[in-house]
Amino acid sequence: MSSFFTTAILTATVASGIQYAAPFLMAALGETLGQRSGVLNLGVDGIMLLAAFGAYYTALETGSLFFGVLVGIGIGALMGLATAFISVTLKAEQGISGIGVYLFGLGLSDLLFVKKVGTPKPIKDLRAYHIPLLARIPALGHMFFKQNALVYLAFLLVPVFAFVLYRTTYGMKVQAAGENPAAADSVGVNVTRVRYSAVILGSTMAGLAGATLLILDGIFQENLTQSAGFIAVALVYFGAWRPYGVLGGSLLYGLVTAVILQWKALGIIPVSLADLAATAPAVVTVLALLTISRRFRQPAALAKPYVRGG
Amino acid sequence: MAQSTLPGREADAGAGPGAAGEEPSKGGHGRGHWQQRFLSWFALPGAAVAALLIGALLILAFGANPITGYHALINGAFGGKYALASTAVKAVPLLLVGTGICIAFRANVLNIGGEGQIALGGLAATATALALPHLPSIILIPLIFIAGALGGGLWGAIPGFFKAYFNVNEILSTIMLNLVAVQLMNYLLAGPLIDKTTPFAVTGKIPQTRLLSKHSWLPTILHGTQLHLGVIIAVLMAVAVYVLLWRTGFGFRVRAVGLSREASSYAGMPVKRTMTMAMALSGALCGMAGAMLVFGSISHRMVTDGSLTGFTGSAGFNGIVVALFGGLNPLWTIISAFLFGGLIVGGTSLQAVTGVPTDLVTTIEGLVVIFVVSIGYVRRRARIQAEASEAKPTEGARRRGPLRILRSET
Repeated sequence: MSSFFTTAILTATVASGIQYAAPFLMAALGETLGQRSGVLNLGVDGIMLLAAFGAYYTALETGSLFFGVLVGIGIGALMGLATAFISVTLKAEQGISGIGVYLFGLGLSDLLFVKKVGTPKPIKDLRAYHIPLLARIPALGHMFFKQNALVYLAFLLVPVFAFVLYRTTYGMKVQAAGENPAAADSVGVNVTRVRYSAVILGSTMAGLAGATLLILDGIFQENLTQSAGFIAVALVYFGAWRPYGVLGGSLLYGLVTAVILQWKALGIIPVSLADLAATAPAVVTVLALLTISRRFRQPAALAKPYVRGG
Repeated sequence: MAQSTLPGREADAGAGPGAAGEEPSKGGHGRGHWQQRFLSWFALPGAAVAALLIGALLILAFGANPITGYHALINGAFGGKYALASTAVKAVPLLLVGTGICIAFRANVLNIGGEGQIALGGLAATATALALPHLPSIILIPLIFIAGALGGGLWGAIPGFFKAYFNVNEILSTIMLNLVAVQLMNYLLAGPLIDKTTPFAVTGKIPQTRLLSKHSWLPTILHGTQLHLGVIIAVLMAVAVYVLLWRTGFGFRVRAVGLSREASSYAGMPVKRTMTMAMALSGALCGMAGAMLVFGSISHRMVTDGSLTGFTGSAGFNGIVVALFGGLNPLWTIISAFLFGGLIVGGTSLQAVTGVPTDLVTTIEGLVVIFVVSIGYVRRRARIQAEASEAKPTEGARRRGPLRILRSET
């Protein structure tokens, strides 16, 4: 255990925990916006997989990570449009249609991977950007200010989402559509349009998250996300539908994962128990859901399609 | 998710594959009525055809001939004794999971945790067979199914209990418990349950149990094929669950709770206990599917490749597709499971002929789910139109209360 509590190991663990948290955070922020508007998008994992493949294929073909990320975002937006059509216009049961989107993304991403790439080739690395001055702070600099651009972006998006949700007219409309769509409708808010935009924006974030996950891993493989999209949805509940709550949840999840991996590497956890210890993040999440659900209320119209006069 | 919009669970499911019982014809002959009848019979097959058409476009996009591909698929799945037997064997876990999903979804508890429940059921059954290898088959085989049902049932009861008593979203808790289950499986198969007799391989010991006692193997019922006793057990379970849901007080309560928790509670039903029980039973059936996967396998061991799908073959998710396609009715789910079992078996033949990987099947399944749940809306609209064209005020009044609605389905 003493080998864990050295500055070098601790800072490295925190730094990788922050990195693990980034894709979860992006996807969960997007999901927060969608759920605040009253739509539960459970297809996040499938969208992330498709976006990750799109980003991978583009990066391989063009050699540009930037184009890869753009394609990932584009795929996210397209899948968002489809998701909005299914859940807002066709008023499908959102818990189930999301599983359909997941299976679709899981199957299609691997189908494309096998047919278009075949043998996995790594893409180039996204180099860390050392923030001037701040990166030189002992310990803290290594933890927070030697990350790559996508990780910084994930964390910068938290205040942006909080601002949009709480301080803009659009954010108010989103909240109204998610709490009381009939009342919002009666004062002239176009509930359909608000929900469409929130779902598309949310899915775009899922696309960004998929591309980020891919770039952090450096290579595509079948089921790359390993349920990361579902975890992101859980983190929205964990964060009680608040951007800063989601930030806390994502950080906790990322850090617990990093600590477990580090302990495994250092041999603090015996190899035979390593698998058991790996359940910790999921168990923590379930226990958190247990307390959160008693303290906080979900958006009143979450997962309820709006029918005028219905 | 107070308002249920699942197929076959609408206020009146009407005639068609989605319906639990035929509703007496009301004698209307309006345009809307015809539309309604057409939609209820053709909605589900239509969803499948649409998904297969998109699948055909994908095959075409990969430069292969979809007709050759689908021909190979159908031949591989249903052409001849051996193919039919393989399809039936693949259908067994799908049917058990699908039947379990019928119970949970009818109670409006969305069980997405089939994968984890299958794994826990498989583990419990395997541990039982490892502990009691000398029992005769006649005792050991029922025992492993009971153990499987208990393992899966417990894993299902946890999220059910959390949902009923603490209002924890069951979709999320079941998915999280899937993540816990896979690690638990990896731990147990690499540790306490590992086959100690295998020599060390280069990569370390294979995480698998020793060869299970011959007394626990499911007997083959058709010579020269893999068709095992499990097929009969699974069909019997589906029939039993149909009777449970539509011929018993418990089944009535499950469906009442599914349609409206508030009304059921007002009518004095034990809503929370019913929800927990529905999830426990749903998990128990998934657990039995896990036992089937171990004891009906060719290797007669439980083995892990480190992922859940490696053991379950995604039956936990595919069972949802199967149940939805069966209109959440266990009897229709029997046919549905056989068809989707064929899709999986035939997918391999399609790959062999066209070179399009079996992931195509997963893609098509996803599309089927999306289309089936989307069509529900079109059907509801057609019904509303039909009612409007009839314009009988009593008809509208009859449909208002949630408990009234139940009657049209019972």
